[in-house]
Amino acid sequence: MDGVVLALGQGFNGLSVASLYLLAALGLALSFGLMRVINMAHGELLMLGGYIAYLVMKAVPGTAGLLLALPAAFAGSALMGAAIEAILIRRLAARPLDTLLATWGLSLILQQAARNIFGPIGVEVRAPAWMNTAVTLGPLSLPTTRILILVLCVLLLGGLALLLTRTRIGLLVRAVNQDRMMAAAVGIDIRRVDMVMFALGSGVAGLAGVALGLLGPVTPTVGQTYIVPAFLVVVMGGLGSIAGSTAAAVILGLFSAMAQIFVDVSVAQVLMLVLVIAFIQFRPQGVLAPRSRALDA
Amino acid sequence: MKPAKAFILAIAVAAAAVLPFVIGSYDLNLVARFMALGILALGVVLLWGETGILSLGQGVYFGLGGYALAMHLKLSALGPGEIPDFMIWSGLKALPWWWTPFENPLVALAGVIAIPGIVASLFSWMVFHRRVGGTYFALITQAMALAFATLLISQQATTGGFNGLTEFPTLLGIDLNTQGAVRGLYWFTLAALVAAGLLLALVRGSRFGTLLRAVRDGENRMRFLGYDPTPYKVAAFTAAAMLAGLAGALFTLHAGVVSPALVGVVPSIEMIIWVAIGGRHSLVGAIVAALLVNLARDRISSALPELWLYVLGALFIAAVTLMPRGLAGLGEDLMSRLKRRDAAR
Repeated sequence: MDGVVLALGQGFNGLSVASLYLLAALGLALSFGLMRVINMAHGELLMLGGYIAYLVMKAVPGTAGLLLALPAAFAGSALMGAAIEAILIRRLAARPLDTLLATWGLSLILQQAARNIFGPIGVEVRAPAWMNTAVTLGPLSLPTTRILILVLCVLLLGGLALLLTRTRIGLLVRAVNQDRMMAAAVGIDIRRVDMVMFALGSGVAGLAGVALGLLGPVTPTVGQTYIVPAFLVVVMGGLGSIAGSTAAAVILGLFSAMAQIFVDVSVAQVLMLVLVIAFIQFRPQGVLAPRSRALDA
Repeated sequence: MKPAKAFILAIAVAAAAVLPFVIGSYDLNLVARFMALGILALGVVLLWGETGILSLGQGVYFGLGGYALAMHLKLSALGPGEIPDFMIWSGLKALPWWWTPFENPLVALAGVIAIPGIVASLFSWMVFHRRVGGTYFALITQAMALAFATLLISQQATTGGFNGLTEFPTLLGIDLNTQGAVRGLYWFTLAALVAAGLLLALVRGSRFGTLLRAVRDGENRMRFLGYDPTPYKVAAFTAAAMLAGLAGALFTLHAGVVSPALVGVVPSIEMIIWVAIGGRHSLVGAIVAALLVNLARDRISSALPELWLYVLGALFIAAVTLMPRGLAGLGEDLMSRLKRRDAAR
């Protein structure tokens, strides 16, 4: 019986971790699908979202502060993302590996800047009091904050799905995703599509940062903690596929939580990497990959 | 190689060989460390510059080499039946089974190169044979660096944790703290660096080197011509890992310590910047940049520790956007411009 309760509890933790991985990975997956580049400073966009949440909720306490922090963090990170895209990534788009290095350099600078502005120790986001409760479900006690983050993640996924399937920009994004050259040839402004989606993905990272801030202190390296699992989600998910990334995040989150019943966190991390390498033995194209006859996916 | 270039390089090597008589032992030790890092940088030129594979996890192989040797040095300082002090503090009674082979100096010395080689070939084959590469590969190697460093830190009882392994009095019965030993190790490192450089220059000029560049420039075209690129990619990755292991072991000897702080995500990616600054296609450039960047790091981070991360970040961005061929590229451009001016005259 205890074993079942433990497994259920870890199952919930796994989904909760999965929601954080996914929030951190969505922006990466979106722009990777379009431009085949990974922004290594994506973790610092999470960090930025966290610090914005800290500042907003310091000025406006309570629930109103949280409701204000979400759009503020989204906007702040989206703006920063748009700037990164315009200044750095656009120039390097044809060289994906160089983009990794340049954006990594940027991430170092942003981390150090945060250290100088907010100090090396973390700052605590003051969450509304009602969030420090837990929902009791039989023998399980589920923290409200984590449930809320799960809900946020599901809402966001729904919103993105609607955006991609029901709007004009969504149509353009899917077109560029399928065939960049052809999309450009029929007159789609692919640069603008890139820019809009990059900003959107960065904004999502900002929201993820708020979520992280609700769970623990915001530090200059808070983004680094989640970014490597987020990279693994992108690797495992399949090229730019939202559904694939979701599946990969759930697999990795649950796997890591379940592994932690038996081994400590660091070994679980190693096992997660082993899982990803084992996984690509069977499905190198990812959980869900768009069907394509292109030689270089 | 052109005679002029060979001549300049020979003079540089000769100058490096007499350096111990010119500078003090502290500076000599510093230069020796950076030369060890230069060996690793050579491997990155082969892997990244020639074969087009970006690895953000070279620290793993550096660490494997370093730890393999450090484990032996730690054990050789003990009497029979004793175990290292940090194990006693962690409550361990006996040596873990995977430590015991390293009591044998030959196993440890062979392990410095063999362990990184075996790990790298298995890992890279598993990824490359399923045609996963490019950005995906870079991200997976970074995850590996993170996992390796976290594992070392968390397994305090058997790895020495965050502090790593340190205090090595002797190597093969030789006292490491004498001036003679410091100089001897310096010359050995210099010799290893030169040998590795010459070897890679030979590889680059060979048919094998041409095939590596073919992987970089047109992997699919190579497949159409009937070659399987996987073995070439695995070979390049393995060679780079073995050089990293050798570098790790030499660095450990010079620094007197190996710790997770040298093998994680950030140090691994710093290893790439040396080569990016030097020029990813240039062996000499990589060595020079490994020395320069680390010297700058040493000077800047001791004077203004906060500044170093800004400088490092800016170096990454500048190296990639402004001078993708690195210092070597700048040098070549300068030379060709001078030549053109001569020709015009």
